[in-house]
Amino acid sequence: MTSFHINGRAVTVDAEDDTPLLWVIRDVIGLTGTKFGCGIGMCGACTVHVGGRPTRSCITPLASVAGAKVTTIEGLDPEGQHPVQKAWADLQVPQCGYCQSGQIMQAVSLLNDFPSPTDRDIDAVMAGNLCRCMTYVRIRNAIKQAAAEFRKVTTNE
Amino acid sequence: MSKLEHESALSRRSFLVGLAGAAVTFGFTPKEGAAEEQGSDPFEPTIWYSLDRSGIVTVNIIRAEMGQHIGTAIARILADELEVDWGNVRISAVDTDPKWGVMSTGGSKSVWLDFPVFSRAGAAGRIALIEAGARLLGVSPSQCVARRGAVFAANQSISYGDIVRRGEPTRQFTPDELAKLPIKPASDRRLIGKKTNALDIPAKINGTARYGIDAVVPGMLYGRPKIPPTRYGSVVRSVDDSAAKRVKGYLTSLVLQDPSNTVPGWVVVCATSYPAAIRAADLVKVDWAAGDSAQVSEQDVLDYGARQIAAPHGGALLVDDSGIDSAFRAAGSTLERTYTTSTVLHAQLEPVNALAYEKDGRFEIHTGCQAQSTGLPVLARALDLPQERIIMRTYLIGGGFGRRLNPDYAVPAALAAKALGKPVKLVLTRSDDTRFDSFRSPSIQTLRLALDPQGKVTAMEHHASAGWPTAVYVPPERMPKAPNGAPYDPFAIDGADHWYSVGAQRVRALSNDLALNAFRPGYLRSVGPGWTNWAVETFMDEAALMARADPVAFRLGLLDGAGRNAGSAPSSVGGAKRQAAVLRRAAEKAGWGTSMPKDTGLGVATTFGQARSMPTWVGCVARVRVDRRNGGVAVEKLTIVVDAGTLVDPDGALAQVEGSALWGLSMALYEGTQFVKGQVKDTNFDSYTPLRIGDVPELDIEFIDSVETPVGLGEPGTTVVAPAIGNAIFAATGVRLRHLPIRTAAVLEALASQRSGH
Repeated sequence: MTSFHINGRAVTVDAEDDTPLLWVIRDVIGLTGTKFGCGIGMCGACTVHVGGRPTRSCITPLASVAGAKVTTIEGLDPEGQHPVQKAWADLQVPQCGYCQSGQIMQAVSLLNDFPSPTDRDIDAVMAGNLCRCMTYVRIRNAIKQAAAEFRKVTTNE
Repeated sequence: MSKLEHESALSRRSFLVGLAGAAVTFGFTPKEGAAEEQGSDPFEPTIWYSLDRSGIVTVNIIRAEMGQHIGTAIARILADELEVDWGNVRISAVDTDPKWGVMSTGGSKSVWLDFPVFSRAGAAGRIALIEAGARLLGVSPSQCVARRGAVFAANQSISYGDIVRRGEPTRQFTPDELAKLPIKPASDRRLIGKKTNALDIPAKINGTARYGIDAVVPGMLYGRPKIPPTRYGSVVRSVDDSAAKRVKGYLTSLVLQDPSNTVPGWVVVCATSYPAAIRAADLVKVDWAAGDSAQVSEQDVLDYGARQIAAPHGGALLVDDSGIDSAFRAAGSTLERTYTTSTVLHAQLEPVNALAYEKDGRFEIHTGCQAQSTGLPVLARALDLPQERIIMRTYLIGGGFGRRLNPDYAVPAALAAKALGKPVKLVLTRSDDTRFDSFRSPSIQTLRLALDPQGKVTAMEHHASAGWPTAVYVPPERMPKAPNGAPYDPFAIDGADHWYSVGAQRVRALSNDLALNAFRPGYLRSVGPGWTNWAVETFMDEAALMARADPVAFRLGLLDGAGRNAGSAPSSVGGAKRQAAVLRRAAEKAGWGTSMPKDTGLGVATTFGQARSMPTWVGCVARVRVDRRNGGVAVEKLTIVVDAGTLVDPDGALAQVEGSALWGLSMALYEGTQFVKGQVKDTNFDSYTPLRIGDVPELDIEFIDSVETPVGLGEPGTTVVAPAIGNAIFAATGVRLRHLPIRTAAVLEALASQRSGH
């Protein structure tokens, strides 16, 4: 039995300690917005936040998140209107969409760490997230737009 | 696939408007002639869209959604003619049913095929609503106009919803009437050509989008396959699951019996959870007698193709002009070059999967699929059931790129569910998916050109050998025939039949049977034009050099729109002249002819996208810098100009060109693998390395303003990029690369032989 919080909710899961967190989230808890792409942490489709840090859930054992706070795409914003999500909609980023939950979770972390990211920051932090439709131009622009939105909010406060 | 080729049969059918429940439905009759039997049969039109009492239009979409926002494009074509507010339009992805006709999504053809159908369907609905509205308002239809979901006459109006509530309209259009329906002139369009937000995108941002891998049904088990050593001919000798038995949740390992021969030699490892299935499968030991292709590797396939090309006979002669051999004999000079391409993986991000179960004597298959009409007959053979008792439920596709035109992955799920009598969700891991991919075949092509003593091009030959994707499903007797009577796969040769006027021409397509027997050649984004244009457009650069001509000017000289290259209505109006226009514009935008820094060069390429029957005119200039120390090729900028006729959804069109161009770049420099003894070498993203965000060059993409027939956009951007890069490398360094992908080692080797004077 492993207990942790997911999207603000306490859960206790009966699964092997070394079960990848990804399958617990998808098949046990039933939140399927987090995706399976490679199983070896090389594509980023399974990215969630653990304790606020971007984490590849496909290579994260269940036991390692005991007591932690996990956030998935479904929990990023109650209305799905996080500034990063809004920028993603505004610039029409997704094509097939399969990688985009992971892209968005990674981008949110990027902006927490680098509120005014340079292109090099974006290249470095987003390098682990593969988009097979190659929506990269729009991902970059959406990150910059969301960053500008963040700054506007901060200035107004 | 030949079924992708033929025009929609819908245009020959009657169109019905009638009441069904609380909504009015609009649809084509199920089959030709059925409309006349209307009086005796219960009224059940094939429903393409409906309009309910609150004025909401729901459009049924038979095309697979895999990132191209196709439902949005189709719905806008319809809504524009129907005159409804876009905010009242919904789309609904339908499951398989014979009433939909052929369900297949590929070849970049959806908008091209569906535009005429949905324009007329919208116009028919509008006319029926105007007539009904006029009756209810007590005026004549000629006094009425339809706008924003209502019928207006002078100072009165009635909404479409109210017309439906009042029990109207019913109307029937004969095929002749339908064909003559007034379709709006482009200047009156309200939705087509205007920017919009894709209807599928919101769910892809908040985690609620449902892909095949997200399908669930109570009580389902999970399966993961053990993939045999060869695609065909492997036989299971024994299965040892003793080690797997210690995995909690492991159930059994099924040796599949597959009458359809889709997955010979497969073992499916079943468990109560997917991670348990993954682990158990790692521990299950299967002893196989491997098929013959365990001895076949990449070079064998290329060598086989080279022998086919060297043999003067065999293959399909798509073009075989009289006088070609004499033109070569009379030539002042000739050029001959051979080009090759490696195996390329789909590597779509959602590994293939399917959930299958039997319910009330019918089989349900839940999966994302691009070609249900290809899959159903195969499933029927595998399950020994009539097709009518199999239904494929539609899901979003996490990357298609042609992989899901081959719905082979649904078969093992269905067989496992049948064997266990329980629902089985089969998911392939990344490495399973890769080993089971129907990847892009290696290809080899030889091109020859003849110039007369004055330097004028007088003849050209193109011989191409590759594994033919269509040959997997379509027997030779049902494949298209070349003028010499030989069957051929158009998808594997399109592009070689280019729009350059080269005098006498010969185009020969060769089915690489060694490839076809060793693996399952697949349709991969742009299919044949991905390799034929690598050859044609590299060759054009080499020919320009030999003719001492500028590569752009040389091409423009051949794109004269003469003879068979004049083009014809509706899809290729303007012909080669439009190709010349995109080429000229791309060159101009990219600063063609300006001096470049050291080891930096511009390279050009131009194509007509996917097929002569549906040309999408594309011109590209790549700006490339080569690092002579390590052979590194940095693509700095891609300038791309596209003429796709009318753009239904301009932002979606741009997205498709952005993605397809980067696919072209990725396949040119970052992808490619090898077929080694019956298996692909690279099976996951640790060693198979598609383009990442930091590798993206500056993109300058422009569309030609046009009201011509809309053509395809999913793939054409892919076809120009690799040859433009290769030509730019030549411009930067003087070394010529003739193999895809272009690896640093090959660049270094070419630079070294350049230094040593070879």
